Amino acid sequence: MTAVLRIEHLRTQLHTGMTPVRAVDGLSLNIHKGETFALLGESGCGKSMTALSIMRLLPDTGVITSGRICLNGEDLLQLPETSMRNIRGKRISMIFQEPMLSLNPVLTIAEQIQEVLVQHFRLPRDTAQTRIKTLLEQVGIPDAARRMHEYPFQFSGGMKQRAMIAMALAGEPELLIADEPTTALDVTIQAQVLDLMRQIQQHNHMAILLITHDLGVVAGIAQQVAVMYAGEIVEQASRQVFFDHPAHPYSQQLFASLPEKHKRDQALSVIQGTVPSLAQVFSGCRFADRCSQVMAHCHTTPPDWHTIGRDHQVRCHLFAQATWKPLARISSPNGKAATRPVETQNEPPVPLLQIADLKVHFPVRKGFFQQVVGYVKAVDGVSLTIAAGKTLALVGESGCGKTTIGKSILQLIPSTSGNVRFKQQELTTLRRKSLQPIRSQLQIIFQDPYSSLNPRMRVLEILREGMDALNPAPSKQNSENNTKEAEIDALLQRVGLPTEVKWRYPHEFSGGQRQRIAIARALAVNPQLLVCDEPTSALDVSVQAQILNLLKSLQNNLGLAYLFITHNIAVVEYLADEVAVMYLGKIVEHGQIDEVIGNPKHPYTRALLSSVPKVESDASRVTTLVKGDLPSPMAPPQGCHFHPRCPNAMPICREAYPPVSAFSETHTTHCYLYTSEPIT
Amino acid sequence: MPFSPIILWTDALIYVSLGVVLLLISVIRRRPHLLASWQRVGHSASGMSALTILLFFLCIGLLDTVHFRPALEQQNKPGETVYSVEVLSLLDILVTPLRTQVEKTYSAPLATHLYAKETIELADGQQVRDFARLQYGGAHLQHPDSEHIPDITQRALTGALQGLSIWLLLTVGLILVLSQRTKQSFALTLSALCRGSTEIPWNAILLTLLVMLLLIGCTTALAAHYHVLGTDKVGQDVLYQSLKSIRVALIIGTLTSLIMLPFALLLGIMAGYFQGWIDDVIQYIYTTLNSIPSVLLIAAAVLMMQVFIETHPELFETVAARADIRLLFLCIILGMTSWTGLCRLLRGETLKLRELEYIQAAHAFGISHWRIITRHILPNVMHIVLIATVMDFSGLVLAEAVLSYVGVGVDPSMNSFGTMINAARLEMAREPMVWWALLAAFAFMLALVLSANLFADAVQNALDPRAMTIRRTRLLQWPRKNKPQADKSTVPPTPESSRPT
Repeated sequence: MTAVLRIEHLRTQLHTGMTPVRAVDGLSLNIHKGETFALLGESGCGKSMTALSIMRLLPDTGVITSGRICLNGEDLLQLPETSMRNIRGKRISMIFQEPMLSLNPVLTIAEQIQEVLVQHFRLPRDTAQTRIKTLLEQVGIPDAARRMHEYPFQFSGGMKQRAMIAMALAGEPELLIADEPTTALDVTIQAQVLDLMRQIQQHNHMAILLITHDLGVVAGIAQQVAVMYAGEIVEQASRQVFFDHPAHPYSQQLFASLPEKHKRDQALSVIQGTVPSLAQVFSGCRFADRCSQVMAHCHTTPPDWHTIGRDHQVRCHLFAQATWKPLARISSPNGKAATRPVETQNEPPVPLLQIADLKVHFPVRKGFFQQVVGYVKAVDGVSLTIAAGKTLALVGESGCGKTTIGKSILQLIPSTSGNVRFKQQELTTLRRKSLQPIRSQLQIIFQDPYSSLNPRMRVLEILREGMDALNPAPSKQNSENNTKEAEIDALLQRVGLPTEVKWRYPHEFSGGQRQRIAIARALAVNPQLLVCDEPTSALDVSVQAQILNLLKSLQNNLGLAYLFITHNIAVVEYLADEVAVMYLGKIVEHGQIDEVIGNPKHPYTRALLSSVPKVESDASRVTTLVKGDLPSPMAPPQGCHFHPRCPNAMPICREAYPPVSAFSETHTTHCYLYTSEPIT
Repeated sequence: MPFSPIILWTDALIYVSLGVVLLLISVIRRRPHLLASWQRVGHSASGMSALTILLFFLCIGLLDTVHFRPALEQQNKPGETVYSVEVLSLLDILVTPLRTQVEKTYSAPLATHLYAKETIELADGQQVRDFARLQYGGAHLQHPDSEHIPDITQRALTGALQGLSIWLLLTVGLILVLSQRTKQSFALTLSALCRGSTEIPWNAILLTLLVMLLLIGCTTALAAHYHVLGTDKVGQDVLYQSLKSIRVALIIGTLTSLIMLPFALLLGIMAGYFQGWIDDVIQYIYTTLNSIPSVLLIAAAVLMMQVFIETHPELFETVAARADIRLLFLCIILGMTSWTGLCRLLRGETLKLRELEYIQAAHAFGISHWRIITRHILPNVMHIVLIATVMDFSGLVLAEAVLSYVGVGVDPSMNSFGTMINAARLEMAREPMVWWALLAAFAFMLALVLSANLFADAVQNALDPRAMTIRRTRLLQWPRKNKPQADKSTVPPTPESSRPT
């Protein structure tokens, strides 16, 4: 079988600093017809640069210094730019990460697809229109004949990515490069898009180069897996082999750092340190500094490829001797660090925060006089209770109102109606001044560590700001400065940073370190409740594990309560005590972690859980896909909000919002499938 | 006392702003992160050359700012000094011959005769119509026809040589200081300077300085006996007028920006930060102000001011004070009408910033609005303010020229580029053409505005991190010879900064 794409010793350099960054350093791979080849790696390891090198679309600073890229035997690097244009879109297509940014907002979908057809096939207009319609139907856009003449803003995120795939398919490519195609999408939409890609590949028999950092996506769709680290591939295997017996220490440690349910009572194993800078010249193995099984010659001799099985190659000195036996995925090697304290179930937990029937509506204004023409019901009657020292996870797709709840608890967004009680004190009616004493007990950690720290302030000033504003410890005037500085040192140590960093500016830190600083800032005022708004979703898997460990140990040591807002079910399983599932501004299911994850009742919860790509080698897992997209919260569907997408919808679902059904003292849901009589 | 010091309104404001600038410099010197980005301005060759020229203009402007009234020779009563009604500046004293050597009417640059024929009465009572000899320009020549060119050449060369020797002195002094600071030998420092491998591009600065000193040397040598740039209709030296115009241009450029800034900063940030009805009100104000033709507004205001000045002559001791108050008022009017652009920019940027998570975090700490604005928002919009201000500077200098041309600019008794252009405009049509006044104004304005723009460019590059990356890339593509080893220490951007989300 000949390879569709053969890359030999590709080297790509980026000239952005004083020393060139070797983004891709001697990469070789083969992709066969009808095969999905997954390139897996953390951010900054050179995955995307590989894709852009294949397309020869590198930024101006990027140069391919050596290597060969052969598409069906033709060396792309020898071609002039004009011939390259006939290959892009025709023989190689690409899907980008952000569907919102990769479609031109002023052209209709049909016009954009037509561009490809005109460029490569010179089709007459009528034929082109029919072809566009077929393509859009193929990617599952309903009512394609009408929707093809709509503009990108009229499409939802998932639909845009479908249209993007249709555009990529228009040239009937031999190779499709998908660069993080589902990273920007919600899990239910991600499942739809992955399913679509799977179908299309079976139908068209093209090769797919899938670039991703998500092990779950790889498990769901890939046939071959290559793990990339610091510009080179360190392990290559078929999916089955890779997920059963990951060989390279890096792959093993990646698996170990994934949050999973059965690791609940342990600390996650973390990969120490960070990805090395690619601007340096490596003398030995690139992973040596972070490897848990490092040997003396790892630092001096670069490892060779070792074939350790059928289709299984690894670049590691451990496999130089033939004595290696396939071992199963390592479980947690340092897993005894943070066992949780013995839970005393008998005494009822003290409610720290109570939210009752909270509503946050944003008025929609139109016209010259800014009349209110409607409301976006971001949060529409939510009641929650968080006990001291516990973690409540709020799960849902983007746009369902999770973040709004978090911000309105802290009174960053005024609520429309309802109550937020913290330690029996009503917060919604308090004025800005009188909120001040409570502010120190409620704090928030944000999603994006790059925008949550003021770039013009040093770490010391960032941490001091909250302390000065709220002054939680009323220390006396004398030597106040010294105590404050000592406190800051203690804080930094608590979040695992050296104390010297307080003199530095945020831009000098990596994403994980910045998130630690953000946590330290919140901790500076000794809060009792932390609202964590997707604190790990912008971070790599290995860094995510570090942050989760930190949050867990802080909870154990300081007795913090968390409201953990996330869409990542694996993190929920690992960290949460209780789960509330949110859909379009309302909680549809609520209960203890085991009750909801183990025995989901609401059809939406079930769909959400089954959409989550599982890190398993078994691809034949049955997933129940949710149809369609999240409706607009401005005009939620009548009756049960979920009924248009629900597989079990009944006539009554269209009429009124279902009442609460309880299964146990803690487990409740809103669905007509269950009797509404509460269990007493 | 031989003089009585006078502080005009604009003088006072210049002193105040000079003080503020010095204060800011001392603040920046104490903040390492601010210092670092400002030091990057010092690494730009074009920026530093522009700064050299700007500093020259600034010196002239400052010299022209120190005003006083000299004591008159004749005294009415013993013991009492009478001061002249004419207000002079240090610059006037320095260039006294230029100021006092007034011809009858137009004369071309470096000419010995008037530009127009007139009837001359000879010694024998006969009347001839000829080009008359100038009263001062080339008056020392016995036979202008034969001596004129050699005399000019000789004087120009002497002046250039003097300029060169001053430059050489400065260069040697600089190298000595540099070699002492870096603890290297004189020769090493010299070769580093020639190669351009010093951190601050001294070679570019010295080159600019050389050109300037040669020009200044020539001009001073010639100016003693000639009108280097000719004379105008009433025989005034055009070079003197140009030098006097620099102060007006600088005042209009800086004072107007200073008046505009509080409006733009306060209103722009408030609109973006508080939103709601405050935003609506501010937006309506600047939209309305923007839609009124600004020339109309300025003309109306200046004419009103003119009426006020003329009806209250007792308020102004001297002509200079009258002209000065009109200039100040012009600055205020220009400032009141030109804040809208920057205000809109700042509102947009604040709208973006206030949604950022560090502002939200500050809210979560219950920090007051004022503190959020000053500590979190203002520092993060400062780069826009700086760039917009410097960019506006050149625009305002040009605006003054336009307004004077329309007739609503500075007082006619005050020298400015606008009045120079305005006076020269009619003479462009006559034959033979009088071109030197316009050319002088053009050349000085070009030098001032171009160097201000180049400097602004350097500032913008230094304060914008993205631009820094581009510059580094350019350096790599055309690597300099013998690149210093110190470059290795700069940390390349970590690949983690390009994260997927």
